[in-house]
Amino acid sequence: MSFWKDPLKVAADWLMGIFTGWGMPEIAAQILIGLLGVVFLLSALMVLDIGLVWVERKVVSRFQSRIGPNRVGPFGLIQPFADIIKLLIKEDITPQGADKVVYNLAPILSMMSVLVLWAVVPLAPTIAGVDLNVGALYIIATGAIGTLSIIMAGWSSNNKYSLIGAFREVAVLLSFEIPMLTTMLIPTIFAGSMGVLAITQAQDIWFVFKAPLAALIFLIAAIAELGRAPFDMGEAESELVSGYNIEYSGMKFGMFYAGELLHAFTFGGFWAILFFGGYRFFGLEQVSPFLAVAVILFKALIGYWIIMWIKYTLLRIRIDHMLAFNWKFLTPVAFVLLMVTAFMNTFLRGTPTWLYISSMFLSNVLLGWISLEVARSYSRKEREKAEGPKQVIQAHH
Amino acid sequence: MTGEKITFLVVAVLTLVFALRVVTTGNLVHAALWLVATLSGIAVVFALLQANFLAVVQVVVYIGAIAILFIFAVMLTRKEMRDRGPQLNQNWWFGALLAVMTFGGLFALLQGWNGLSNTPAAIPSGFDAVSVLGNALVSPDAYVLPFEVASVLLVAALVGAVYVAFNQK
Repeated sequence: MSFWKDPLKVAADWLMGIFTGWGMPEIAAQILIGLLGVVFLLSALMVLDIGLVWVERKVVSRFQSRIGPNRVGPFGLIQPFADIIKLLIKEDITPQGADKVVYNLAPILSMMSVLVLWAVVPLAPTIAGVDLNVGALYIIATGAIGTLSIIMAGWSSNNKYSLIGAFREVAVLLSFEIPMLTTMLIPTIFAGSMGVLAITQAQDIWFVFKAPLAALIFLIAAIAELGRAPFDMGEAESELVSGYNIEYSGMKFGMFYAGELLHAFTFGGFWAILFFGGYRFFGLEQVSPFLAVAVILFKALIGYWIIMWIKYTLLRIRIDHMLAFNWKFLTPVAFVLLMVTAFMNTFLRGTPTWLYISSMFLSNVLLGWISLEVARSYSRKEREKAEGPKQVIQAHH
Repeated sequence: MTGEKITFLVVAVLTLVFALRVVTTGNLVHAALWLVATLSGIAVVFALLQANFLAVVQVVVYIGAIAILFIFAVMLTRKEMRDRGPQLNQNWWFGALLAVMTFGGLFALLQGWNGLSNTPAAIPSGFDAVSVLGNALVSPDAYVLPFEVASVLLVAALVGAVYVAFNQK
């Protein structure tokens, strides 16, 4: 029965027995088992990614009052495979004057930056790649590789649209990294560790109840990091055609597309891990690690669904508004929230749980309200400066 | 030879090759990309030394911010982004001299150091390097002064940048 309690360890021990039985030295067997684990995780992710193509297309069509793919297989479930075949047999074009090596490296880096994120995702108490003690920073670091892939794609394509798209996208990514990292520090304060596993284990009460504002800011920053609407300035279909990936065709474009879908799903997962208890759900994770995996995948899908909901509902924000919103609103609010949380956490240490949670919650709500009020009065002042004081409309007729 | 040593040697050689490419590449954007590769090599070295925090910070700060800003600066200041200017100016001999002297000095210094053949003491289990580093950065008998001075310097740089870029109306 121990397989149902700790599947990874049992499988690793089993493989170890087989490999050493073949006369392989133990260290080589360990490395081989590690590699097999990585290959298994990555293949599972890629298969999941194929499923996400269907999910995304089906959900967007529902938001747009369409039916979506429904011809190939039941509910159009085979549609992603048709998509893949189409992408594979498309002509592979490299534009004239493109920087070949950089051009071909960019989609790989883009996909890679998403896949390596899963190294730190704890799927269950016993199923996790590595328990890195700097997990939160690691998430940001992989984002840096994604940023790099975008600028490489935009520059190497030798296309003005793609370069403009890359500029905008990178400006957005670099700016929104700051509120994102700041709000990631808030679960770190609560858990006393930057490790993703430790953060999950510290959530006897979901952190969203202690820091609803942080959860909201993290979601907004995550959507911007994903380059999804309303922050899809890098792609901006209606003005830049397709932004930084305009010149890519066939499976190279497919890599960007699949990377984006998996990235969105992954950030749904991180939202769940940081603020919604990760694999924990009323002790269900203690029953079986498989249930824990199901719980975290379900939570990640809900996060992904919310990200899709926002993407297909809101319009694109202008680039200057987007950056002003980040630098003049989101970043200061995130900083103040971090300070308030750190202060309250020290001040309220040792108080009963209900008092601690409710005052944390109230301080978040209060801060959110105050910042909205400040923003409102500021924008009213700006509007008056631009349009003159509000005229009293006189009835002539 | 342990696996760790082999990994270190491979990564170190690769890092040096990448670093050489940074200064020998004519294309500025390519040079910046080689710099990214070099910096990732250094991040791997940090990871080999069990300095997870520094490894990740290396990637976040140097690749995620500084290298990207290099590329931005090149893209925004050069009219033709694929231009190949002369790689040396008349001060090349001074740079070469400085490099040789630094290398010679380090080489002479490391001659009398026997740490190269020692194996490091194992890190005790449960040792949280990140929290030790964090405490050291804010404790008065460790690094609080350098930390604060660096912060003030960075704030001064930020204010200066804002002042330079500020559009007087």
